[in-house]
Amino acid sequence: MDFQFIIQQSLSSAIGVNAIMFALAAIGLNIHFGYTGLLNFGQAGFMAVGAYTVGVMVVSFNISLWIAFASGIVVSILLALLLGIPTLRLRADYLAIVTIATAEIIRQIARSVTFKEYLGGSDGITGKFGMDFYNLNPFPGGLETPFLRFTPQDLWVVIVGWVLVAIFSFFTFLIMRSPWGRVIKAIREDEDAVRSLGKSVYYYKMESLILGGIAGTIAGFVYAISRQSVQPDNYSTALTFFAYAVVILGGAARVFGPVVGSIIFWFLIVFIEQVLRQAVSADLIPEWLMNPNQVGQVRFMLVGLSLMLLMIFRPQGIFGDKKELALDARA
Amino acid sequence: MSRAIGKVLAALLFTLLLTPLSAAHAEDTAVISGQIVDLKGKPIAGVELTIAGPNSQETVITTVTTDAAGNWSYTPTVAGQYFVTINPDTLPSGVGLTEPDKTTKSVVLFALTKSPPPVQFLTGPGPIKATMLETATQLAVDGFILSIMIALAALGLSLIFGTTGLTNFAHGEIITMGGLGAYMFNKWYGIHIIPAAILAIVLTVVLSGWAQDRFIWKPLRKRGTGLIAMLVVSIGLGLLVRYTYLYIFGGDKEQYAQYAGQAGWQFGSLSVTPKATITVVIGIVLLVLAIMWLLKSTMGKASRAVADNPALASASGINVEKVIQSVWILGSVLAGYAGVMMGLNQGVQFIMGSDILLLIFAAVTLGGLGTAYGAIVGSFVVGMFIQLSTLFIPTELKFVGALFVLILVLLVRPQGIMGRKERIG
Repeated sequence: MDFQFIIQQSLSSAIGVNAIMFALAAIGLNIHFGYTGLLNFGQAGFMAVGAYTVGVMVVSFNISLWIAFASGIVVSILLALLLGIPTLRLRADYLAIVTIATAEIIRQIARSVTFKEYLGGSDGITGKFGMDFYNLNPFPGGLETPFLRFTPQDLWVVIVGWVLVAIFSFFTFLIMRSPWGRVIKAIREDEDAVRSLGKSVYYYKMESLILGGIAGTIAGFVYAISRQSVQPDNYSTALTFFAYAVVILGGAARVFGPVVGSIIFWFLIVFIEQVLRQAVSADLIPEWLMNPNQVGQVRFMLVGLSLMLLMIFRPQGIFGDKKELALDARA
Repeated sequence: MSRAIGKVLAALLFTLLLTPLSAAHAEDTAVISGQIVDLKGKPIAGVELTIAGPNSQETVITTVTTDAAGNWSYTPTVAGQYFVTINPDTLPSGVGLTEPDKTTKSVVLFALTKSPPPVQFLTGPGPIKATMLETATQLAVDGFILSIMIALAALGLSLIFGTTGLTNFAHGEIITMGGLGAYMFNKWYGIHIIPAAILAIVLTVVLSGWAQDRFIWKPLRKRGTGLIAMLVVSIGLGLLVRYTYLYIFGGDKEQYAQYAGQAGWQFGSLSVTPKATITVVIGIVLLVLAIMWLLKSTMGKASRAVADNPALASASGINVEKVIQSVWILGSVLAGYAGVMMGLNQGVQFIMGSDILLLIFAAVTLGGLGTAYGAIVGSFVVGMFIQLSTLFIPTELKFVGALFVLILVLLVRPQGIMGRKERIG
């Protein structure tokens, strides 16, 4: 087995585009789920909105990438309002069902033949729509070291991406220390108590939904720009569940929880996948037990299993504080 | 005599002169034409064709319609390339183009004096076109079948939710276990599908019903794990089980060995397969039995008491754990059968259950979370709506319509159709 290659792939993934994307999406989910106690199962929908707005506006309508970014954020705010208005007054599981349904609606509309002309159907949108961004790339060459490897384009995305992650984490840190953040956390613990203090729980929840949604949309931007393509089936509900695994792994209601969670998550996923792949091709694992096609499926099984085990045995994740997190509340 | 000869000669000459002349005259007005006939050579009247050109498909000149002899023609005024597009929607019911994607043919007119060969559109048997009412009837029947499938799964989900508070995102995997289990016994072990289905339901009850509750949810309840934490656990379980199915069975849609391609019974334009009819009847029987169980049996009454107030039920001497166990078993019988039913009518795939999970949630939410009868009512609303909505929206977007309606209903009546208001707050 080529351990240097395995480590290189795993490390590059752990600080690469995937980790950044999931860190951003998970920061948003952390605001929803960790701090406010909102069960948003439609984070994939927010990401799809971000990615598709960029793709459609730049490729189909030839609008500048920067305007597309701004519009993506506006659309995500509208989506949050659409999700929040009917459900935020209801019990938590209603939001869960409506958000997961909406994310699925977005994906099915995106891949439909009916809107193929603009949204590209099941093939999605491909094109050089990140060029406005890549033209600013100051790095002439990529990175090639024994343990890390990035193309010049990836390097630029990674650097800007981590700056974004840092900004969002710092922002989360600030707002959760503010009076607003204290109300948000109080809503998670006991909605009725907050209501009795004269706060409008509904508006606070809505603001939280919008903020977290914007983080998800920006994760969608990163995804779309880094691949220069948008594919509808990447935005399935599994994406949301991966992001949940990241939040819970790192520790919900912790500023750095999603970031650390994402790094560890992607290191482990790629590490295990590469080890299995090499073991299968070196015939260390018999053919009847696992063939090369099945290696990719192990990823999903592992994520499912770790979500279960974490939630059962260590709901606070790696860095979380059990006292901070009262997930038991039947909100 | 000579005059007579002269007259004949003149006439001959005239004919000789005239014949090429009149022929030349006919060549002057070239026509683009064709005839549309069905498989038996019978002409088809009233088919619309669009003529575009010259040399551009964008400039539409006119639309012509075939006459009673199936003939159509167009007399161009300039030479060039013309494009003839047939409108397949105007073909009668049961007739279609042999090459459905080639609706446009091009024809080149070199000079206005020479007609090009007739444009051929070959026809063969095509889709049977039904009237709106006939389509609606067929869709309603399909919707009814879908409704029964959803109701079977939704009732179990709703009962489990009612008694334990668990929003089970792994419920779709119970359905899949029924469908794939039957496939496994049927194809791997060569058992006929009917005993295989029964074995599969037994397997589902043991694994998804009894063991799932006994080894996952019961310990979690004992630990006092919160409902939201359990919801996340169910998502993880669903993901793990679904991809284990994929790992074992592969990703393709498969059919059972028996009854795969069954000819439908025709009632006028309506077509229903015998297998759909039989599975629907069994489904209805199961639903009725489940409702009778809820209404009449001691355990059923106890389960409603637990759903209402677990602490009070427990205090009045009801064995809550036993009630929950029987609800899980009932739920997995229903869901396992729903899987077999789906498998027989649509084929089995690792994702079959989670694909309709959202519809099940929509049905349960529409009917009112945690109300058993509401789940059935909601299932019929969702199932019928999905199929009937395809009268107006593209088929590929039918699920979108149903989920959209769910969101709308939550806006105006959040407790659902049969729900009570205090449950939602």
